[in-house]
Amino acid sequence: MSRVIHKFTTRVPTWRPHITPIDFDQATPAQREALKETPSNTKISDYVLVLAHDPEPLRIRTSLFNGIMYDKGGLSREERELGAVAASVVNRCIYCAAVHAQRYNNLTRDERVMQEIFFNGEKADIDARQRAILKFGMRLSECPPQVTEDDIASLREAGLDDQEILDLTLSTTLFGWANRLMHTLGEPVSGA
Amino acid sequence: MSHVLETAAGVPSSGPLAEALTMRGKLMELTQASYEAALLPNDAGNLPASLRAALACRMARICQQAGLTQHYADLLAGYGDDADPYQLALPGQMPPADEQRLVAMVDYVDLVTERPRDASEATIGSLRAAGIDEADIVRLAGLVAFVNYQLRVAAVLSVMGKSQ
Repeated sequence: MSRVIHKFTTRVPTWRPHITPIDFDQATPAQREALKETPSNTKISDYVLVLAHDPEPLRIRTSLFNGIMYDKGGLSREERELGAVAASVVNRCIYCAAVHAQRYNNLTRDERVMQEIFFNGEKADIDARQRAILKFGMRLSECPPQVTEDDIASLREAGLDDQEILDLTLSTTLFGWANRLMHTLGEPVSGA
Repeated sequence: MSHVLETAAGVPSSGPLAEALTMRGKLMELTQASYEAALLPNDAGNLPASLRAALACRMARICQQAGLTQHYADLLAGYGDDADPYQLALPGQMPPADEQRLVAMVDYVDLVTERPRDASEATIGSLRAAGIDEADIVRLAGLVAFVNYQLRVAAVLSVMGKSQ
C-alpha cells in the first residue's frame, strides 16, 4: 500500500502523477525532442512524461533548470540547493524538498542543516550565511513575494555579492516554478 | 535590452547587476524563450494567447509587481477591446458560473499563485470535472508556474537595480 507523504523528509518519495504520463513509444517528434535532455540528467521520469503533454515549454525549461542549478561560477552548488529547499518548504512541496535536501547533504556531508530547516523552518539554528540565504529564499517565496532593500542588504552583510544574489534568486524562484508543477500535477507517496 | 523581464524590472545597463546578468546571459535568454512559450506559444491548445495574457496580468497584480503588470496589461490591450470580456486581469473578478471551464481555470490560477501549498488531487479533479483535458491542464499549470517564477525574479531585480 502506498500512502501520501505530508511531512518533510530527506528520503526521496515516489511521485504519483494525477495526470496520465505520455506513452514514450507513441510520442510525437516534438515530444521526443523535449525529452532528449532531462532535469539533472536523470532518467526520463513520470514527471517529465506528464510535462511532455506540452513539449514546447518543457524543452526550454529543462535547459534553464540545468543551467540555473549547475552552470559554473557565482553561488556554490550547495547554496543553490539551499535556495531550492527554502522555496519548497514555503510551498510545502515535499518531493522537491526531499530531492534537494538530499543533494545538499551529499554536497556538504552535513545532515544537520536540513534537519534544522525541516524541524524549525525560518528559525533554524544554522550559521549566519545559511540563515540569511534561507530567510531570503523563504520571504521571496511568499505571495506576494517579500523583497526589500533591507533584504538585499542582509544578504550583502552575510557576504553575498551581486552575482551570488542573482544566482540565489534564480535557484529559489526556479523552485517556485517547479513546486507549482510537482505539487499540483502529482503527489509524493511512500511504499510504492 | 529586449527581454521582457529585465525591461519590466528596469535593470540598469551597467554596474554589478548588469554584469551579473551578462554572466547568466544564456539563462536570461532561456527565461525569455520560456516567456514566449508560455504567453505566445505555437500550439496554444484551448488556452488562447489573449486568455494567457489576462491570467498573467491577474497574477502580476496579485504579486504586486508593477513593471510586469504594465507589460501584461499592454500585451492584453494589443488583442483588442473584447480580449478579456470578464475582466479576469483584475484579481477578484470571476467569470459567470455557466462558464465552467473558465471558472475552474481562474480558481486554479488564484490558488496556485497565492497558496500552492494547499493544492491537492482535488485541485486537478476540479479542472477535469470542468471538461479541461490533460494537455490543457499541463498548459495551464505551466503558465501559472512560469509567471510566478518571472514575477519573483523581477521583484528582486527591480529592488537591486534601484540602488545602483
